Amino acid sequence: MSKIRRLLALVAIAGLAIPVVAEAQQPRSGGELVFPVPSEPPSYDGHREETFGLIHPIAPFYNTLLRVDPTDPGGTKPAASLAESWTVSPDGKSYTFKLRTGVKFHDGSEMTSKDVKASYDKIIFPPAGVGSSRKGQYVDVEAVEAPDATTVRFRLKFASGSFLASLLSPYNFIYKADILAKDINWYEKNIMGTGPFTFVEHVKGSHVVGRKFAGYWDKGKPYLDGFRAIFMRDSAAQVAAVRSERAHIQFRGFTPKDRDNLKAALGDKITVQESPWDCILMVGFNHNKKPFDDKRVRRALTLALDRYEGSKALSQIAIVKTVAGVQVPGTPFATPPEELAKLAGYWPDIEKSRAEARRLLKEAGVPEGFSFVFTNRGTPMPYEPLAVWMIDSWRKIGLNVTQNVVESAGYYGVIRKGDQQMHMDFQCGYIVEPDLDIYKFLSVERNPANYGFYKDPVLDELYDKQSRSTNPEERKKIVRQFEKRLLDEEAHYLMTLQWHRIIPHSSKLHGWQVTPSHYLNNTLDTVWLSQ
Amino acid sequence: MSATPQTVEESGSAAEPRGGWMDAVGSFVRQRPLGAIGAAIILLMMVVAASADLLAPYDPLATDYGAMLRSPGGHHWLGTDAFGRDVLSRMIYGSRTALMVGLGASFLGATFGSIIGVASAYFGGRVDLFVQRVMDVFFAFPVIILALAVVSILGTGVGNVILAIATPMVPRCARVVRSSALSVREMPYVDAARAAGFGHRRIILRHMLPNVMAPILIMATAFLGEAILLEASLSFLGLGVNEPTAAWGLMLRGAAVEFAESAPWMAFFPGLAISLAVFGFNLFGDSLRDALDPRLRTQ
Repeated sequence: MSKIRRLLALVAIAGLAIPVVAEAQQPRSGGELVFPVPSEPPSYDGHREETFGLIHPIAPFYNTLLRVDPTDPGGTKPAASLAESWTVSPDGKSYTFKLRTGVKFHDGSEMTSKDVKASYDKIIFPPAGVGSSRKGQYVDVEAVEAPDATTVRFRLKFASGSFLASLLSPYNFIYKADILAKDINWYEKNIMGTGPFTFVEHVKGSHVVGRKFAGYWDKGKPYLDGFRAIFMRDSAAQVAAVRSERAHIQFRGFTPKDRDNLKAALGDKITVQESPWDCILMVGFNHNKKPFDDKRVRRALTLALDRYEGSKALSQIAIVKTVAGVQVPGTPFATPPEELAKLAGYWPDIEKSRAEARRLLKEAGVPEGFSFVFTNRGTPMPYEPLAVWMIDSWRKIGLNVTQNVVESAGYYGVIRKGDQQMHMDFQCGYIVEPDLDIYKFLSVERNPANYGFYKDPVLDELYDKQSRSTNPEERKKIVRQFEKRLLDEEAHYLMTLQWHRIIPHSSKLHGWQVTPSHYLNNTLDTVWLSQ
Repeated sequence: MSATPQTVEESGSAAEPRGGWMDAVGSFVRQRPLGAIGAAIILLMMVVAASADLLAPYDPLATDYGAMLRSPGGHHWLGTDAFGRDVLSRMIYGSRTALMVGLGASFLGATFGSIIGVASAYFGGRVDLFVQRVMDVFFAFPVIILALAVVSILGTGVGNVILAIATPMVPRCARVVRSSALSVREMPYVDAARAAGFGHRRIILRHMLPNVMAPILIMATAFLGEAILLEASLSFLGLGVNEPTAAWGLMLRGAAVEFAESAPWMAFFPGLAISLAVFGFNLFGDSLRDALDPRLRTQ
């Protein structure tokens, strides 16, 4: 009898609890989301830029054709955005998108297929002098067509398994065609999209403010009244902002120590979300500067690094963790650790590796104590700890390296000029997919974001081969060949360590899911505050 | 007007050392004990900086990941930082950076400030009016803001930090030196130089500037402490000296803040060094001012 009573009591409690849980999960409208951003946008043009410093404060003003499902923790599932549905032709060479109707730009005009076509034409076929950082990801596109006001068609030169993924780019903001026709560079200095928030102000060095767009096409959204992105370079200041509850979240990531400190200080008021991070810092060698035009020197520099020791040590103090090649470890196309260990710079025996590095330097005629400047970005985490680790490693093979730190917003302006000898570069993907992840390493004429300024037709050919391959096993093999040439034989780039993303945020914040990319889920339409 | 030079002459002869430099040092210590403490701190800092290679137990740049965040003890007297680098060694080498930036910025600031100040006083009239209004513009900004502006234009690194710190010092020095130079301008030897047909440059550099050296020296000494503090502030903000250079301000940032609760030695010792150095330079600068200021001496 008592068992039955207990059971009934449990059922009654559960019955009472369900509405309470449902009530707690019901999105609430109102409030201003406040978040620090460690870097400032170099311009407002998503098509041109490649930094989270643009995405975090500017993405909420725009929509893209498709997007990654904001509830998918893997960050790979395509979801509708301005396109409500799509079809692929049987030969895989034609993608047709049906657009939503009733979507308005912030100036009140209607968004049509003309705007989508103009935006993608700018991304894929930019006129001379117009920057498009991801142009090379669309080499398979022959034409973008707008047969009617609500239809957009991409005609491909060949079937490509990664084409849909390339449309998930959070940078591919849809701009207004009429504005682009008048001044194709207008969006570098101005903001006007169809996104859930309208632009209020950007005070340089201070903040960006956005206000809820009353005419947003997704009725009932956004939930927030607005957002305030505050530019804060210093990690300690960002942590202090969250700790003092002046900010709800920092979307990029904190260190393990920051997480522990915040959790200890705020307890249940902090919720922690973690994920492997599709980001890696790498060192680019300027092939136009001696002695970095010599592959022996480049190989020596990668051979000097003890990545396994670095991984163990730096993961305690920085947002880096795993030893990696060109793909996020553990993902389908990633090289297994035992194979990776055969590449230069990944050998388990660091003494042997450094002896080989010294031999190569001597052979290349680089004298003991040779000095050079390593240009680094003024974003402390994890650029600074990685630089300290590498500079000391290079000292161990007799090189004397000085670090030149360039302020984040001006960093790409500096390295685009090509005056640097060596620089820190990064590869952060918005989705794990070889086409997108290794595109960065193509020859400079195919990828304007190749700041090593090298030409390697072999790499380009391997890229095209893997891109057109529909057999995953064959594609895997080609990706490995690509990786071996890039990191070992030619050592065009030097990989550091894969990042690990830790987001401790206010427990008041809901409707936001961590993913392996800090470029995703920043439109903020699904985010709400419980108080 | 005539009273001041007379006082200088009288008190100048009274303070003249009679028994060599040892007596002068002894007299300075007796008369100005606080200044002597300041001088001792500066001297210690200079000795440490000069003999860093001999004194430092470890290479200040060498990482040791097996000894990360070690607390002060037998092997590492002041502990290690987040990269396993010896804090004591980095502090010893950091004194070099502090002195280099401090001396460099003071020298530059005092030199350019003096030339501008003397030239402004010498030419007078519209030139003086214009130069002083420009100086007023510079005065309108707090020192750190001016330094930040210069660093954001020129970039980071030791050389640029020296320039950034020297920039706000120029107007301060120029204003003080100008006031001294205004009285020197009226001296007969300046009139004589003019009458002899010497050019402006020669009169300014050879006749006026050497006669306003006392305030320049005082300003330069006072700047030193301020420059060290500014360098530490800029480095702390990530806009000064870059890693892995050993610098006190740099030692206070990043992991030192992050691990402030679990590894307080990372911030405590460099912070102490900065405070001591600034304290030393301020004490010495004040005593030097007292010793060289005729009004204070006669009192």
